[in-house]
Amino acid sequence: MQQSILLSGPKFQITIQRLCQQLIENHHHFENSVIIGIQPRGIYLAKRIKAELQRLLNIKSILSGELDITFYRDDFRRKENGPLVPNSTNINFVIENKKVILIDDVLWTGRTIRSALDAIQAFGRPQSVELLVLVDRRFSRHLPIEPNYIGIQVDSINSQRVIVNWQETENKDQIILLTEENQ
Amino acid sequence: MTETAQQLSTRHLLGIKDLSKADINLILETADTFKDVINRPIKKVPSLRDITIANVFFENSTRTRLSFELAEKRLSADVINFAASSSSVSKGETLIDTVNNILAMKVDMIVMRHPYPGAGVFLSKHVKAQIINAGDGAHEHPTQALLDAFSIREKFGEVAGKKIAIIGDILHSRVALSNILCLQKLGAEVMVCGPTTLIPKYIQSLGVKVEHNLIKALNWCDAANMLRIQLERQDINYFPSLREYSMLYGLNKTILDTLDKEITIMHPGPINRGVEITSDVADSKHSIILDQVENGVAIRMAVLYLLAGSRG
Repeated sequence: MQQSILLSGPKFQITIQRLCQQLIENHHHFENSVIIGIQPRGIYLAKRIKAELQRLLNIKSILSGELDITFYRDDFRRKENGPLVPNSTNINFVIENKKVILIDDVLWTGRTIRSALDAIQAFGRPQSVELLVLVDRRFSRHLPIEPNYIGIQVDSINSQRVIVNWQETENKDQIILLTEENQ
Repeated sequence: MTETAQQLSTRHLLGIKDLSKADINLILETADTFKDVINRPIKKVPSLRDITIANVFFENSTRTRLSFELAEKRLSADVINFAASSSSVSKGETLIDTVNNILAMKVDMIVMRHPYPGAGVFLSKHVKAQIINAGDGAHEHPTQALLDAFSIREKFGEVAGKKIAIIGDILHSRVALSNILCLQKLGAEVMVCGPTTLIPKYIQSLGVKVEHNLIKALNWCDAANMLRIQLERQDINYFPSLREYSMLYGLNKTILDTLDKEITIMHPGPINRGVEITSDVADSKHSIILDQVENGVAIRMAVLYLLAGSRG
């Protein structure tokens, strides 16, 4: 595996800052907006964004939750060793008439987001749903899904993998691109 | 860390005997998530939307059949129900023929209850579908044992190290055998208690304690699982009268109050009020009988979901 770093250090933090500023432009003080991180890897970005927003706006009460989409996936029984084991969903409020901001780390085929749109319905009918991602793998969508807020855009081929590391879990904030050696 | 599998090691659920500790933990942890799902305003997920399940019941059932049916519907599976009493079985059709005819209609999974021990194992060797045993004679009732373990884990935080007494008609009970195997795999201590005639010979070889005195058993345990006297399976008299059984092994409030500690009361249902348990105990705060029923749906959702996902 050949590994190249797409984003790290101060640029990483500036990107998160910029995403927060863009959110504030559209959601002001988040009176009627909620942040939902998609399990398993989107929750770290959601936590970061929430903490940063609360610091910037000097408020403490941004509603946030974690959404697991395992039971809503469209590849159940179609993949060998497909993911079976669910993560927890923690949404202890109703999203009826709320503006929902879905957050995930990497947007690739769009299938996870489709499942999330399905899963979120179990908690009510939102006024609107927006999508924020840290990495948008361009030109690789299987479904007509586009993000509203993008950290960075990446051109990659299917055999490559894009991984986001977090201070909390891997001791370093960075986005890396993995390429098979024999490419 | 508890030992948890990423996938079940079996294709069918025929008995607890075939499951590993890691399998059981995977089922219990998946059921945690499903318990969450069934307590939401919208209690349904689309996981099994392309799967058809037949509930084939050759023996009467209320809880288990309704619980399976609800679990299937909340996973968005298509469900057909079959009760032997109103079917062509009474015209002389064999088990394999009956099931193969159901499978010819493109059914993926069979949930079966049958009066003969081993019926599920037999079927799994002769048909293609995945089989889930919903009780086979006096042999096993795996989903009941799993939901009992789930309820104990929910009540006490963990199963390991807990002392569970199973009291009543052990000889004719599939719940007892599945419970013993499941609780032991999870590290609990198990005692069986009942009249000598209703305790199978050599049951000690399973590593359980045997006690014939109700008070001693209750004083030993953290939770007591009260079983019904299965009169429909008893071809001879195992005790002089139900009244005498009730006097010696029936649990009432007076006995519960004389114990030096509080214990949790479980019952797999159906309850014969006034025989093995009185109403004031069954409806008391010590009883988790209705929690067991609620957990049953979550456990069955977990089992169906994991088996469907492991289809080879």
